[in-house]
Amino acid sequence: MPTIATDTVLDVRDLRTYFKLDDSIVKAVDGVSFSIRRGETLGIVGESGSGKSVACLSALGLVPRPPAFHPSGQVLYRGRNLLGLPERALQDLRGNRLAMIFQDPMTSLNPYLRVSRQLTEVLEVHKSATPSEARRAAIAMLERVGIPDAGRRIDNYPHQFSGGMRQRVMIAMALLCEPEVLFADEPTTALDVTIQAQILELIAELQESFGTAVVLITHDLGVVAGTTDRVAVMYAGRIVEEGPTSEVFASPTHPYTLGLLESLPRIDAGPAGALTAIPGLPPDLGHLPSGCPFHPRCSRVLDRCRDAYPPRIALSPTHSAACFDIEVAP
Amino acid sequence: MTTRDESRQAVASPAATELVVGSSLWQDAWKRLRKNHVAVASGWVLVFLAAACIIGPSMVAATWGYDYETQDLAYGPRPPSWEHPFGTDFFGRDLLTRVLYGCRVSLSVGFLAAILAATIGTVYGAVSSYAGGMIDSVMMRVVDILYALPYMFLVIILVTIAGKSLLLVFTALGAVGWLLTARVVRGQVMSLKSQDFILAAQSLGTRPGGIVFRHLIPNALGPVIVTFTLTVPAMILQEAFLSFLGLGVQAPRPSLGALINDGAHQMLVFWWTLLFPGGVMALMLMALNFLGDGVRDALDPRMNH
Repeated sequence: MPTIATDTVLDVRDLRTYFKLDDSIVKAVDGVSFSIRRGETLGIVGESGSGKSVACLSALGLVPRPPAFHPSGQVLYRGRNLLGLPERALQDLRGNRLAMIFQDPMTSLNPYLRVSRQLTEVLEVHKSATPSEARRAAIAMLERVGIPDAGRRIDNYPHQFSGGMRQRVMIAMALLCEPEVLFADEPTTALDVTIQAQILELIAELQESFGTAVVLITHDLGVVAGTTDRVAVMYAGRIVEEGPTSEVFASPTHPYTLGLLESLPRIDAGPAGALTAIPGLPPDLGHLPSGCPFHPRCSRVLDRCRDAYPPRIALSPTHSAACFDIEVAP
Repeated sequence: MTTRDESRQAVASPAATELVVGSSLWQDAWKRLRKNHVAVASGWVLVFLAAACIIGPSMVAATWGYDYETQDLAYGPRPPSWEHPFGTDFFGRDLLTRVLYGCRVSLSVGFLAAILAATIGTVYGAVSSYAGGMIDSVMMRVVDILYALPYMFLVIILVTIAGKSLLLVFTALGAVGWLLTARVVRGQVMSLKSQDFILAAQSLGTRPGGIVFRHLIPNALGPVIVTFTLTVPAMILQEAFLSFLGLGVQAPRPSLGALINDGAHQMLVFWWTLLFPGGVMALMLMALNFLGDGVRDALDPRMNH
């Protein structure tokens, strides 16, 4: 592993988030480590239920505890472990130094409050801004995210905005305090394709001017390829492969990453033939298979895959994967 | 380019200018309520009753010189006439004046007790539900226990201990009437707190107080208002019942309940002493119930079309 540079803003080490249910323990996040530097974009990809959203919510302390608990792990923001912080200190950081935007802009805004109220609230909480300062800053930010006629639109209610516009409002809300880390949890999934591209462009543009580190959670490999510097592939609560986006796409190593990339429809393959798919279903996180959780679906399964979880093997200084089979390969 | 397109649109469609003003979900509900003729008529009946019981007694006093307490035993109970439109009671007092006074007492007790109940219930229910876990369990068990005690029994104890005053009647009614609202709000908040915009507010560092009062309660207010409009008539009935038992408003001050009680004893002889207070009470309760129904329909988003 490379030494962690001084401009690392967030360093997640061996994060585990388990949910205690009546008859089982669901291991939603099971030993995830990643770090992110100022201005960098890290993509986290994986199927639904692979733990990518829970990992980010855990980092912000937003998973309800109980039923969730963290048997191990650290989330270091500038050297402070967020998992041990009291709720009040976390509230000071959330929306201020660390922010998050969500998948569905249609439900992420309070329908009974004017947009202005929801935007200025953030500034009043974190920056002790006066109402008029907050309003000015909010209008400026709405203009920044491309809301036309922001000075008047700010007094509208959320239902008077379209989906794309609402996601812009959400981004404006998240970035008002110029946070250092922005978690974007599938920010474009609920939007149509043309709006998707605009939103991703907007995030990239704002990231550049504010120097924000972005953790982009998605299941869309196209989004990852276009916008991220590094990518981490998650399966059953663990990162199975991580590396610079170009390297991972050029030489995917873990069988799961390979499977994901192969199941993409290709424009050059023509319309003939069915899409390839990874056989089987994602595992039940309450009853994980022994050893490597991917082994029941893996085409290259070895005997020891059933007994032990493979270690992370470095393929290059920045690229690593957790699989027994790659030890054999050069 | 975008701004030019935008302004051209604004000129072209009147909808665009309306959009800029901003219409909340409350305003939409208000529009729907105004289309409901029964509810609107009930609203006017209540406004008329409220106005009548506020200015009515002094108008009667100015015209005929009656008040609600001066007795004229020699005059005695007389049926409705031009001098006494509602007749007079057993002690020769003008019944119209007394009904108007009684109406004033009933309406104010009903509304104040219902406001008190709605306020306590909303805050209690929202806090309990948002806190969750042990706190929620303990707070809701308290509600269960109070629910299990006979409601009227509690009020009677409160009124007996604290004395018989109008202020205490509505405090006592309000203090035990919040249980239903608390449960309704708790249920609402339970479903609201798992919604995305609450998570979004949390992710922006909003304090728990801000989440409860700015985000959860406004969204739970629809059912609270419905419960409120149906609590008012219930409270008026409770007050009438307390007065009927002699625990509410004390003679010679009238309340609708006390007047009906008096009238019921003599209804075979002096029918008007029951008919008029009873009729006004029935009119008031009916109007409140129809208005409550109308509000419920107007706040139900499925009634949109």
